[in-house]
Parts: sequence; structure tokens; C-alpha cells
Amino acid sequence: MDLGFVAVQFLNGLASASSLFLTAAGLTIIFGVTRIVNFAHGSLYMLGAYCALSLLAAMGPWASTPTGFWLAVLAAAAAVGTIGIVVEVGLLRPIYRAPELFPLLLTFGLVLIVQDLVKYLWGPEDVLGPRAPGLASFVRIFGYRFPQYDLLLIAIGPLALLAIWLLFHRTRFGILVRAATEDREMVEALGVNQRLLFTSVFFLGATLAGLAGALQIPRQAATPFMDLDIIVEAFVVTVIGGMGSVAGAFLAALLIGELHAFGILLFPRITLVLVFLVMAVVLVLRPSGLLGRPEAPSAASRHDSFPPLRPFGWRALATVAVVLVLLLLLPIFVSEYGLKVAIDTLVFALFATSLGFLMGPGGLISFGHAAWFGLGAYAAALLVDHLGARMEVTFLAAPLAAGLGASLFGWVIVRLSGVYLAMLTLAVAQILYAIAFQWVELTGGDNGLIGIWPPEWARGRTVYYYLVLAVTLSGLALLGRATFAPFGYALRGIRDSQPRAEAIGIDAPFHRWLAFAFSGALAGLAGCVYTFSNGSIDPSLLAIPTSVDALVMTLLGGIHAVSGPAIGALAFTLLEDLVMPLTDYWRALLGAIIVLLVLGFRDGLAGSLERRFATKG
Amino acid sequence: MTAGLELERVAAAYGAAQVLFDMSFAVAAGEVAVLLGRNGAGKSTTLKCIMGLVRPLSGTIRFEGRDITGLEPWRIARLGIGYVPEERRIFSTLTVEENLEVGRRRAGGPRLWSYDRLFRLFPNLAVLRRQRAGHLSGGEQQMLAIARTLVTDPRLLLLDEPSEGLAPVIVEQLAAALIEIKAQGVSVLLSEQNLHFAAAVSDRAFVVERGHVRYAGEMRRLLQERAVLERYLAIEGVP
Repeated sequence: MDLGFVAVQFLNGLASASSLFLTAAGLTIIFGVTRIVNFAHGSLYMLGAYCALSLLAAMGPWASTPTGFWLAVLAAAAAVGTIGIVVEVGLLRPIYRAPELFPLLLTFGLVLIVQDLVKYLWGPEDVLGPRAPGLASFVRIFGYRFPQYDLLLIAIGPLALLAIWLLFHRTRFGILVRAATEDREMVEALGVNQRLLFTSVFFLGATLAGLAGALQIPRQAATPFMDLDIIVEAFVVTVIGGMGSVAGAFLAALLIGELHAFGILLFPRITLVLVFLVMAVVLVLRPSGLLGRPEAPSAASRHDSFPPLRPFGWRALATVAVVLVLLLLLPIFVSEYGLKVAIDTLVFALFATSLGFLMGPGGLISFGHAAWFGLGAYAAALLVDHLGARMEVTFLAAPLAAGLGASLFGWVIVRLSGVYLAMLTLAVAQILYAIAFQWVELTGGDNGLIGIWPPEWARGRTVYYYLVLAVTLSGLALLGRATFAPFGYALRGIRDSQPRAEAIGIDAPFHRWLAFAFSGALAGLAGCVYTFSNGSIDPSLLAIPTSVDALVMTLLGGIHAVSGPAIGALAFTLLEDLVMPLTDYWRALLGAIIVLLVLGFRDGLAGSLERRFATKG
Repeated sequence: MTAGLELERVAAAYGAAQVLFDMSFAVAAGEVAVLLGRNGAGKSTTLKCIMGLVRPLSGTIRFEGRDITGLEPWRIARLGIGYVPEERRIFSTLTVEENLEVGRRRAGGPRLWSYDRLFRLFPNLAVLRRQRAGHLSGGEQQMLAIARTLVTDPRLLLLDEPSEGLAPVIVEQLAAALIEIKAQGVSVLLSEQNLHFAAAVSDRAFVVERGHVRYAGEMRRLLQERAVLERYLAIEGVP
């Protein structure tokens, strides 16, 4: 590795930092003003790339002139900006007063829709873009070839930063954006039309994402997976830089770009881990990112967000009894396949309720709860595969391992709050995912481990069903008990007012840490049970979609009711089972259902049920 | 009495906790009125209800004869009501001038509060124009918060505990500024616990306790009502 090579690698890092910065800048501006964590930002980036490709294809020979090429790039960015306006006005505007998580869930629904839309319109194969006219060749740097186009990209990053800086400091729009990033309620009280501001900010952010996507096409092929790749990186960049800080995003993009460029040389096997490790370290040292400011609690909306939890009344208890009897009799009525679905539902009910405990009473939002589900699953599978342990042992060992893992990472995580906390949980899950994916000798890598079946006595579906039922019910009972025990009261006190809770002698970090470990252990138990039902594990158990599934179930059911997540899990598995076989585009359908549910049922399914029970019982 | 602000049986709550039960009072145009009461009496919530930041459970709020109950805050602001919150909430990363810019409206027409007039009212701010607002002292931040609201040309100014935490000499400057603001024809409704300051600037007083108006009348009459002052404000040895 000589000096010239290092220099070229450094330039490579800068070039990839540019598009990362453009994407992350849009994300951070949107978050700063609207407080929406836009999961669909990667989808906008992807649409930018595909739109540019289509525009270039439609232009014919004109596309190979520089004017034509750059016009297509700008037009694609503008088109994506317009899509941003449609999304903001049509979908997000009605739910700005709902709790923060609902817009997030809605944007995840959009991710699913756009993924299928792209496959439908452009096909599932990679699409190669043309080289940029006039910039198609290479320059020589210390004897190494370096693409001209990448040099241009390197320049675009700082230029974009300068343009945004000018916009923010020299125009009234920019002053309003900066003011709203600090205190949007005050901006509104001064007579500024919020809607107009939000819509224009969304347009700006979406345009930047579209531009970033369109600029990528001469560098790499467009794929239907580029949305999730970029969104995770963009999240990391905005969090490291500080949510809402454009300059911070720039610094962080440089950091991550270079980390990738050199990480792949020095530690080719742990690049993924490295990125998230850096993020974790930054957050530990600076809990609001490099240039971020501590989150101000939104004064007006804070109070009414959590109505008090009530234990079951007699009506609800009667319903539970009926459900129990039905569950016990279930094997008589359903087929082998039906039992498999029932087992999955129970597993996810436990998994989602453990997350609901963390998010409801605990007040800690986790984007990476799959980490503990997966950790439990891997612990069980590894014990069986490498040590020949019996299943019964793993039922104890797996939750223990997940709980230990959760308490290890949780010790750092619970010291943060809000979006930063959520992002750190995502980072931790990604670290574990990367380890499972890249440590092939131990975990089987991408293929995972197979043949993890229950022992002879529990191998029959019906027996295993009853086993899962017993485990799940014990887990749910434990979670319900904890919610209404002094521990649960203390957690809710901390959630509603940490200073007041601490003033009466409650050790807030300790309680949150305990809640995190407890919830992680039960998620691990769910993961362990799931493993023996499927007979195999693979890294997807730890991946983002698994975390999001749990979030969807939890929010679908509602976190304002203890039973919410379990009901959400039932609705979700049924939905998936009914919808998936119907069409190749089940993702879009699922996304559309999520969007409609968010718009229609803001309290979740159990929220409305609970209210009926509360008024009558 | 020309129609200014009227509240009729306004009730409001934060979640399950009801704070306002029966707030009914009126402020005439051109008048300075004060809501007096202890912590937690509902003074701040009343101002937030008027501004649209807290949605009333029931009751009506009228401004210049028009029902403004439940309108969005920015619409209420554009109808001519300005709000200066207790915590001041200046934009700390913006300069003093940029803070003023946020409230400026582009629509034309003669403006009562030009920057010149504002800087004459608060001379300190003129010197600090290009400073970051976060670097200002508490008193300067209060001046900026008021100036920032005046830029919107309100006909009614809501001030939430403006004298709180300020040095006595600054409170005097503030009183002088309020009298000047009133002289320009702007009505003012403030909430206060500082009776001296309130007495110096107000024409009318409403004593608030547990979300009810317990006393309404002219300020100088209230100062004679020893029983009211002792019961609701726990003040002895009235000036």
C-alpha cells in the first residue's frame, strides 16, 4: 500500500461522502423542522436514480450531450421534490399532532410501497446508467486512474453545503427553517404558516435526496435495494452529525465516507461493525451528535401523550378467559399449517409485548429490538449446534444471553433519550447483524444454521404448540405483572417526569436499564422458541425488517394498552398470511395497509377496544 | 368599552388534569390588564388558550368581536394577537436581527413597529443587532422576546410573567417600555405574581385562583381590597 494508493482511496471516500451528505442533509433538515424521522428518505433517493435513468432513456441521442445529461439530473431531482410535496400534503399533514412514531411508521409503509413500485416500473434487475458525457474518462493521480466524474462529485459536496448555508443565512425562508428547528411552536405563535413551511422543507429535503440519487447513476447501477442501503447510512450520518445540523451532517458524511474507504482495506471483514461502532462511540461521548443540540421537549404535546394504564376490568378478564379456552382447543380445529401460523403469532405476541413494555411504561423507543430476539435465537442455535445442548437448557440460556446482551449495550443506550436512543438501538442491532453475517465460522454467515429441532418428545406440532403457548403466556403474564408492580409505576413516573421521579428517590437510569434488560430477555425467549419452531436461523432475524415488524405490531395494537402489542401481533400475522399469497406485490399491499391504519387508527386497535371495556366495565 | 378580548366560561386541561374551569373576563381595547394569582392558578394556561397553543375544552374566546376559539396559533397571530411566553423562547442560534425577522410579515402597509422605533424602545438591542441571541443576558432576552412579538404589529400583546427573574432596575425599564407600548394604542394582557410591577403598569386586574376568576376590577380598587389580596395572593402590607 503506497502513498498514491492511499491518496486515491482518500478521494474515493470523499466522492462517496458527497452523495451521502446530500441525502443526509435532506433528512436532517426535514427532521429539524418537522420532527419526522423520514424512513422513506432512501426511497426518494432511489426514485431520483430511476427517474434520471428514465429521463435519459426518453431523451434519445440528446442524453449523451452534457446539457441533456445535467438537465435530466436536475429534472429528476425536481420530480422527486414534487413527490415529496405530495407525500407531505397528502399523508403526513393529517397526522402531525399524532405521537412521533406514527409518521415514522407511515414513512416505513411508503418504503414498502416504493420498493414494489420500482420493481413494477423498472424491473427487479440492476439497471446500469450511462457515463456522464464529457466526464467519462480518468485522470491520473500518482499513477492511479481516478474517474473524472468522481472529482466532480467531490466538489459537489462542499458546494452543496455552501448553497445550503447561503439559503439558511441569506433568505427569510432559511431564517424560518433555523428558527423552527429550535422551536417550531414559537415560530407559529409569531404568525408563520406552519403548513407552508413544512411543505417547503419537505420539498427541499426530497429534492436533495432525488439529486443525490440521480448523481449516483454514472457511478453505480440502480437496484431496488439501494433505498435501505442508503437510509441506514444516512441515519448514521445525521445522528453522528447531530439531528437537524447540516454542517454536522457534512462532517459525519466525510467521516463515514473515509471510514468505508479505509475500513475496507484495513478490516475488510468488519466494515459494517466499524461504522456502527463509531456511531456508538460518538453518541457516548456527545449524546446529541457532533454539532447537535439537546432535544427540547415539545411543550404543548407532551402532556396528553400517555393516558394512565388500567389493569383488566372484569369484561376484559372474561374476554381473556374465552381467548384462553379457544387457544387450548385450537389444535382440534386447525391444520398443521394453521398450527404453524398460531405458533408464529404467539412468538410475535411475546416479542411485540416485550417491545411494548419498553415503549409504553418504559418510554424508550427501540428501532432495533430484533437484536435481542435474534440474540436469543442465535444463543439457542449455537448451544445446540456447537455444544449439543438440549432444548430445555436453551429455554433458560437464551433469555439469559439476550438479557445479558441487552444489559451490556443497554447500560450505554439508556443514558441517551428520544431519537438518539432509538438510533443507537438500531446501531446495536446492526452491529449484531454484521457479526452474525460476517463471522461465518461460528454463525454460518448468510446461510445461518439449520437442523435446530426440538427433542423427540416435543417434535410433534401439537406438543410444540402447547409448549409455545405455555412459554408465551408465562412471558406475557410476567410483563403484565411488571407493568402494574411498583417497578412499572416507577418506570411510568420516570417517563412522565424524570426530574420529579428522581426527586422522590427513584434511580432513573438504573430502572430504565433494568427495563431494557428485562424486555431484551423476553424478546430473547421469543427468539429461542421461534428457532425450534422453524428448525433454523439466519441473520435476517437480527435485521431491520424484523425490528420494524415488531414496531408495526406494537403500534398497530397500540402502546396505550398492555394487551395492545399481542393484538397487534395477531392482526399482523393474519394480515401477512392473508395478503402475501394473493399477489407478487404483497409488500406494496402491506405498506398501503400500514399507511391506512396509521391514518385511520391513531390509538391502535387495542386502544379503541380498551376504551370500550373501560367505559362499560 | 370597545370590544377587545373577551373570554366566556373557558375551561382547559392537560390530559386528565383540568387547569381552567371558568375563566370569564374582558380586556378593552387600549387597556393594560393583569392576571394575578399564585403558581398553578391557571394564568399561563389562560394566555396559551387565547393564543391557540392549548385547545380549550369548552367556552368561547372572542377578539374584536370575532370568535377565535380553536384557531391555529398562526392564524390568531395574524389576527393581531402577540404572545411573549414565560420562558421567552428566543431563537438562541439566530442573531438578534434574525429573531426579529421571524415575526416580520411580507405583506405591505405602514408598520407601527419599524426597527427604528423598536430600537428606540429597547436601545440595548440596537447595539446587539448582530449578536447571537443565546449570548444575551436574561433582561436583554426579555426585551428581544417582546420586540420580536411587536414586529408582528399586534393590537393585543400577551405577556407571561415578564418580570420573573429580572433585576429590579431591568423591571423598571420594562415597566417604562410597557407604558410606551400602551401609549401606541396596543392593549396588553399580562400575567404576574409581582404586585408592585403589576400595579405600576395595569389599569385593570383579574385575580385568578384554581382556574376561576375570583376578582375583577380596576387595579387601584384592588389595592384597597385587603381581604382579596390576603386570601388569593397571600400578600400582607400592601403598598
